[in-house]
Amino acid sequence: MKTDIKDILERKILILDGAMGTMIQRYHLNEHDFRKGWFENHPSPLKGNNDLLSLTRPDIIKAIHKEYLDAGADIIETNTFSGTSIAQADYNLEKYAYDINYHSARIAKEVAQEITIQTPNKPRFVAGSIGPTNRTLSISPDVNDPGFRNIEFLELVQAYEEQVRGLIEGGVDLLLVETVFDTLNAKAALFAIENVAKQKGIKLPIMVSGTITDASGRTLSGQTTEAFLISMQHANLLSIGLNCALGADAMRPYIKTLKQKAPFYVSAHPNAGLPNEMGEYDETPEIMGKQIQQFLDENLVNIIGGCCGTTPEHIKHMSNLVEKMNNK
Amino acid sequence: MSIHPNYSGKYKHKWLNLPPLMLSGLEPLIINENTNFVNIGERTNVAGSRKFLRLIKEGLFDEALSVARQQVENGAQIIDINMDDGLIDGKEAMINFLKLIASEPDISRVPIMIDSSKWEIIEAGLQCTQGKSVVNSISLKEGEENFIFQAKKIKQYGAATIVMAFDENGQADTYEKRIQMCERSYRILVDKVDFPPQDIIFDPNIFPVATGMEEHRRNAIDFFMATRWIRENLPGAHVSGGVSNVSFSFRGNNIVREAMHSAFLYHAINEGMDMGIVNPAMLEVYDDIPKDLLERVEDVLLDRRDDATERLLDFADSVKGDIKKKIVNLEWRSWDLQKRITHSLVKGITDYIDEDIEEARLQFDKPLQVIEGPLMTGMNVVGNLFGEGKMFLPQVVKSARVMKKAVAYLLPFIKADKTAKNSAGKVLMATVKGDVHDIGKNIVSVVLGCNNYEIIDLGVMVPAEKILEEAKKHNVDIIGLSGLITPSLDEMVNVAEEMEKQGFDIPLLIGGATTSKVHTAVKIDEKYTKGQTVYVLDASKSVTVVGELLSENKINFIGKLKSDYQKVRENYAKKKGVKKYLSINEARNNKYKIDWDKEPPFQPNFVGVKHYSNFNLTHLLDYIDWTPFFYTWEMRKKFPDILTDKKYGNEATKLYHDAKKMLQQIINEKWLIAKASVGIWPANTIDDDTIEIYVDDSRKKVLHKQFALRQQLKKTKGANNMSVADFIAPKQTGVKDYIGGFVVTAGLGIEKKLAEFEADHNDYQSILLKALADRLAEAFAEKLHEIVRQDLWGYEKDALTKKELIKEKYVGIRPAPGYPANPDHTEKIGLFKILDATKQSKVSLTESLAMYPTASVSGWYFSHPKAKYFGVGKIKEDQLKDMALKKGMDIETYRKWMSASIE
Repeated sequence: MKTDIKDILERKILILDGAMGTMIQRYHLNEHDFRKGWFENHPSPLKGNNDLLSLTRPDIIKAIHKEYLDAGADIIETNTFSGTSIAQADYNLEKYAYDINYHSARIAKEVAQEITIQTPNKPRFVAGSIGPTNRTLSISPDVNDPGFRNIEFLELVQAYEEQVRGLIEGGVDLLLVETVFDTLNAKAALFAIENVAKQKGIKLPIMVSGTITDASGRTLSGQTTEAFLISMQHANLLSIGLNCALGADAMRPYIKTLKQKAPFYVSAHPNAGLPNEMGEYDETPEIMGKQIQQFLDENLVNIIGGCCGTTPEHIKHMSNLVEKMNNK
Repeated sequence: MSIHPNYSGKYKHKWLNLPPLMLSGLEPLIINENTNFVNIGERTNVAGSRKFLRLIKEGLFDEALSVARQQVENGAQIIDINMDDGLIDGKEAMINFLKLIASEPDISRVPIMIDSSKWEIIEAGLQCTQGKSVVNSISLKEGEENFIFQAKKIKQYGAATIVMAFDENGQADTYEKRIQMCERSYRILVDKVDFPPQDIIFDPNIFPVATGMEEHRRNAIDFFMATRWIRENLPGAHVSGGVSNVSFSFRGNNIVREAMHSAFLYHAINEGMDMGIVNPAMLEVYDDIPKDLLERVEDVLLDRRDDATERLLDFADSVKGDIKKKIVNLEWRSWDLQKRITHSLVKGITDYIDEDIEEARLQFDKPLQVIEGPLMTGMNVVGNLFGEGKMFLPQVVKSARVMKKAVAYLLPFIKADKTAKNSAGKVLMATVKGDVHDIGKNIVSVVLGCNNYEIIDLGVMVPAEKILEEAKKHNVDIIGLSGLITPSLDEMVNVAEEMEKQGFDIPLLIGGATTSKVHTAVKIDEKYTKGQTVYVLDASKSVTVVGELLSENKINFIGKLKSDYQKVRENYAKKKGVKKYLSINEARNNKYKIDWDKEPPFQPNFVGVKHYSNFNLTHLLDYIDWTPFFYTWEMRKKFPDILTDKKYGNEATKLYHDAKKMLQQIINEKWLIAKASVGIWPANTIDDDTIEIYVDDSRKKVLHKQFALRQQLKKTKGANNMSVADFIAPKQTGVKDYIGGFVVTAGLGIEKKLAEFEADHNDYQSILLKALADRLAEAFAEKLHEIVRQDLWGYEKDALTKKELIKEKYVGIRPAPGYPANPDHTEKIGLFKILDATKQSKVSLTESLAMYPTASVSGWYFSHPKAKYFGVGKIKEDQLKDMALKKGMDIETYRKWMSASIE
């Protein structure tokens, strides 16, 4: 069944899945899991490079996707947050960027299709996750040399094009440019998506999600929420939103700005609060749910999900709240 | 009220169904129906701000940033950034500046307007701005296809754009053309490119009014009407423009200009212009404009009366307070004697000076008193006018000629009188050993001469010993040194050291094109401790400097100088530490790489050497670049704009006229002979900096090795450490590459005419001739390069326009040895040898490797499309040593040659 996500969003709020990393931690994987079948003889350690698991332990990634879908997610994200040749270069795996994206997309799509068949009234979608990479176009990595950059626009475009090609060829339904802390990086991603769309003649809906780092209300590269919105507006987006860095309450005023100003649908996938002393996120599904309820009451979002620290339990809770809302 | 007959009242934004124009830096800028006018800062534009240009040229990006910051602080809501200048790498400058701005939140909070006539610079800029910027600009100038291509890209980068009313046939200069071109552009953008209509900003061309030209009368009113039409008929589109253009013909008269800008804006905003490039400092409050001035300004802007321009001009003269009495016929001949002499001096009229001086001589007891009295009184008027910027150098030189004639007339009487001459002071002037350039030195001599200093001019190529010997002999008060080529800098240091040794204590002046305050302070000043060394920027400064040095205020003046130079030295030392350099090996690893398979070298039609023994000068006239000619005369504005410039216009036009006249004489009476030698040879690089030039295409026998210096300054990522050697294919690639070389001169035979002028005390003609010979030599170099590109090498298929030539739009470069791309003058020796240039074209090299005749140009030709001009900048000790070794030169000798380039 092919259903247009835009039509569905007209009618109801959709649920995006939660964190991948938090879930992977639950499996207590070792170095071997990250190498299995693909990188047995790779000279440097690979543990922690979660995107590789789509290749080496697809069973685990599939299982996590399934948990989120069972919890009620309408949209699941591919396990490709660091799937560019630039981010993978840290592990000397830049050559595998395409494979990561292609296989991650395949896995997610497979599970999503299985579940869609079971619940045809609730079609499930796969969003190809496009992260910011570990380099920034607007910020110098060297405080003493503000004009210096360790990456240039066209290099980043090239890396993103490869990622987007892998995601599309692997079968994703949407593209999600997320955790945007430097708008220029996101512009390069949008530039690459348009290039690939032109080459392939396929235009997928695009979601963009920025990151407001703190109470200053700005992105890491210094833009206000509204300036960020204006800078992204040239692309015909499905949705614009915010994720990461903040919990739902702290994110709310900026989501409100987007809702008021954006000519697109609005998404939010906040963290489960702020990390505690141990670096863990400890907002329970119920605590987070209360804050999400406020989003729903004020009609601020069209797509809601979770970022760092959120689990299928959080998503399940949100899903129930949204269900009630959608049925109203 | 609307100026447009079809509309009424103030324009009200009517496209409320469309989104507003939204831009962003770190913060949003929304231009909607409530926006009255958005003010775009113009100071960060190298074409509009001389200061900004200088800062960028000198790499002083920190200071350039403060220009941007000030603009934002002063209320600019967008900043326009333009780096289009022939002498800077515009793309690199744009990238660097935008990256630096990104780290300055108090600047980058506003949106950026990326301004360039070059698409590659615009695209580079778009890749550096995270916010939604504005491109300035695109147009149909190069056709629809190009326009669509650029618009699509701009859309993909997420920027708005300015669209100029310009098409394949030129700029829109009438109401009809303006609306026709804007409508056509709009339809293409909206219908074919799917460009958001609210992101289109039209610039329907603000042109000057009150120029005296009939066809300019409607320039403002047509703009107003077109603005209204655009906003009423092209949904969502905005209108912007560069406001200061309108008052162009009143340059120098800020009262009128400010009134014009305000009145223009008032009407333009009324008709719907909602953005504009404006200098807020050049704006009068509309209501504060005096009613009589406003009436005249609006008469002009709205073309309300036939005599509007004349009336405004008259009024302009009155508000400026200038005494501009136009003396027709010879009424002045009836004035009293002093006034007549002054008049002759100020106006540069020699016709009556002998007669008037004779009359004066009879009035005074002693002939010397005529000089000290009426002549000096007259020259003081000239000096004051010059100092106040009301007279310009060409005029002063003409005044000097009158003065000299007067003195020459008196001389026999003075000698007979045996009374000692009493001058303000004696100044010795010389161009240092090894250098033959003397235009600048002569100008300074003339100007000082005008101010009653006695000048001992030793000419060119004067060794230190001779300078000091003559200085003692004449008991001079000041020594002035001049030089144009970089080795002269070292010779000046040598003179200073000699002065120190011989116990001199008189001031030493330093001037000439390569000299600088920094070099003077760092390298010369400290070598000469007993007397003061002073850097003199130009002739007009020389008068003040010499005046101060010989006055009672001398001690104060020197005290200030000393602390100033100390600061310069401290800054220099600081900067030196900040700049990061690579080792020569690191620099070589970051060389500029050409893909020789993808872009193979052009194979030449001709290999060998060819000489032109008497090139027809007529063929060079179209190749003359006039702007530097006016620079020689210290009138620093672009040609041809300078001819209509408010400040320089009159004098520039006269000078231009005189120059054209002399050019005709040069050609008709064969004053100058132009010769050239040109060669193209097989060549390959054998390592990173050595270009081997072969006897023939078998590439077995080496004719000559050319060595090229490499940039060592640490570059930002993506930028290379360039050397001209990078433009020639390495031998091991097996690619057959070539190099060319040339020497041209247009100065042969000049001495005869110069001698005649000197005999006639005519410095004006003498300087004019030298400056023209220089221009002809440059024109010849340009012409010869074209012959090479189109014929001898033959890789250029289409002829370029003159404008493109001056902008160096062609493929390939012709860098001169000793100049920025390879600052090693000793490389000239080999070039001259393989061209046999001294024998064939009669151009010789002095011991400092300056060319004689001075009106000569030499260089290498690189034909690869990737070859471009750049500056090597400073080099480090490791490269110096390595290069000396390769060249087989003694390191200390080589160091001396390269001293100006050593960090």
